[in-house]
Amino acid sequence: MVLDDFFIRSLLVSAGIGCVAGPLGCFLLWRRMAYFGDTMAHSALLGIAVGTLLGIKPLAGVFAIAFATALLLLSLQKAVRLSSDTLLGLLSHSTLALGLVILAMSGHAYGHDLLSYLFGDVLAVTWSDLVLVWVGGFVCLIVLMRVWHPLVAITVHEDLARAEGAPVVRCQVIYMLLVAGAVAAGMKVVGMLLVVALLVIPAAAARSFSRTPEQMAMMAAVIGIVSCSSGLLSSLAFDTPSGPSIVVVAMLIFLASLTVRPLTRAFGSRQVRSS
Amino acid sequence: MTADRATLVEARGVSFRRNGREILDQVDISVGLGEVVTLIGPNGAGKTTLVRMLLGLLQPDSGSVHLPSSVCVGYVPQYVHFGPVMPMSVARMMALTRRPARVEIEAALEETGSGHLLEANAADLSGGELRRVLLARALLRCPDLLVLDEPVQGVDYLGEADMYALIAHIVARRGCGVLMVSHDLHIVMAATDRVVCINHHICCSGVPQEVVKDGNFLHLFGSRAGVVTAVYQHDHDHEHGLSGEVSATVRNPRSRAGAMRGQNGSG
Repeated sequence: MVLDDFFIRSLLVSAGIGCVAGPLGCFLLWRRMAYFGDTMAHSALLGIAVGTLLGIKPLAGVFAIAFATALLLLSLQKAVRLSSDTLLGLLSHSTLALGLVILAMSGHAYGHDLLSYLFGDVLAVTWSDLVLVWVGGFVCLIVLMRVWHPLVAITVHEDLARAEGAPVVRCQVIYMLLVAGAVAAGMKVVGMLLVVALLVIPAAAARSFSRTPEQMAMMAAVIGIVSCSSGLLSSLAFDTPSGPSIVVVAMLIFLASLTVRPLTRAFGSRQVRSS
Repeated sequence: MTADRATLVEARGVSFRRNGREILDQVDISVGLGEVVTLIGPNGAGKTTLVRMLLGLLQPDSGSVHLPSSVCVGYVPQYVHFGPVMPMSVARMMALTRRPARVEIEAALEETGSGHLLEANAADLSGGELRRVLLARALLRCPDLLVLDEPVQGVDYLGEADMYALIAHIVARRGCGVLMVSHDLHIVMAATDRVVCINHHICCSGVPQEVVKDGNFLHLFGSRAGVVTAVYQHDHDHEHGLSGEVSATVRNPRSRAGAMRGQNGSG
């Protein structure tokens, strides 16, 4: 199979995003924040609307609004007497609706653009997108490694981590920044409706193969890269839409991982008893 | 508050209100080096709030908390949950906020009798095993002060005595101060230098033998709770409401509590 330039670009972009989204997604699972991520993704349309209005790049708007939504959620969870899922439902749908309204008011047609935001259009990425994703992804991974240990400690027990000197709020805010970046970048590949899948599914699949948080993060990165590249290749082979194909492959890997799990668990507990 | 012991942590007159409810009212407490202080009180009495204040995690509305930065605290929280999605071996958990050497980790686990759990998955541990592993984790910091929030949480009846024996052994060996929190009495009081009984305010405090004779204590826990040296019969024969209030005497016991504190303060 001869691969065109544009396809190689898309492969490299999606693999880069898969590699970063996997480890980031681990925390969404550990901290039971999958719908938190979903809400950030839903706010993306508002981000595009704001970006368009301000005349900046739409994805810069997505990044800013997703981060703002995350901060708003974090502070509302502390301040308001509403349960988390109520807040998530409120914010996710109001930002989505607000985005659609503003887009319509600003004279944006609901055409190809909207579809590409919803479902991604990775085949349209440019060389500059590629550079941005790889440089951004590299920075993102470095930052994640810097805050990794405190984040794991916070996830296990926030008070314990705080009592032992972990910078709790700073780490949480940095993590939100990283997720907002991943949401903005992932929009290109699978679109806002599916972007959380890139974060959640590879991480969930990695669980079966890991005994420590670090192993899970690394496996999630590998599974993210494999899902993105083989999903894209299969979309070429079967002439299916690229974003959904990536998510379907990730899901298949997750299902396959479930067959491994009982083996590792049995092996793990036998080890404990025999010693 | 014995003068010859270096004070590790001290709270003076701390009060804390949230949503119109008085959670802590003018509470004094201190823990000295080599001293075992047990904080008891019914559910919702403000014990965990007070502990979080002593640890510097929460600021009192009024009053002051003094925890010198030179004092190293080993904290064992009441609950630690690992969801099924989080892989966490015991060895990894021992290195959450510091990176101790393997031998240190093994030694700490051995000290709490859980050396065999090194490679176990933390989510698979029993309640008692998890308490011991968390205690070992706190010991890794070579603490001057151990703060144990409900050290027998999830431990079965027989395991409780072992757990308290282990804590007593650690204190004897390391000479650190201990602040223990318990919502109930059990045999905990026998191994304690000082008991502080709290229900939003200090009801009474002193050595266990005195506290059990205190009227406020008896109101809070019932007369049968006075059996401290024998194995405690776990009967819930005393009465208190959902928010922990017991009777009219308990809501307004300042005069008696103050008198009690005065007596013990000199001892």
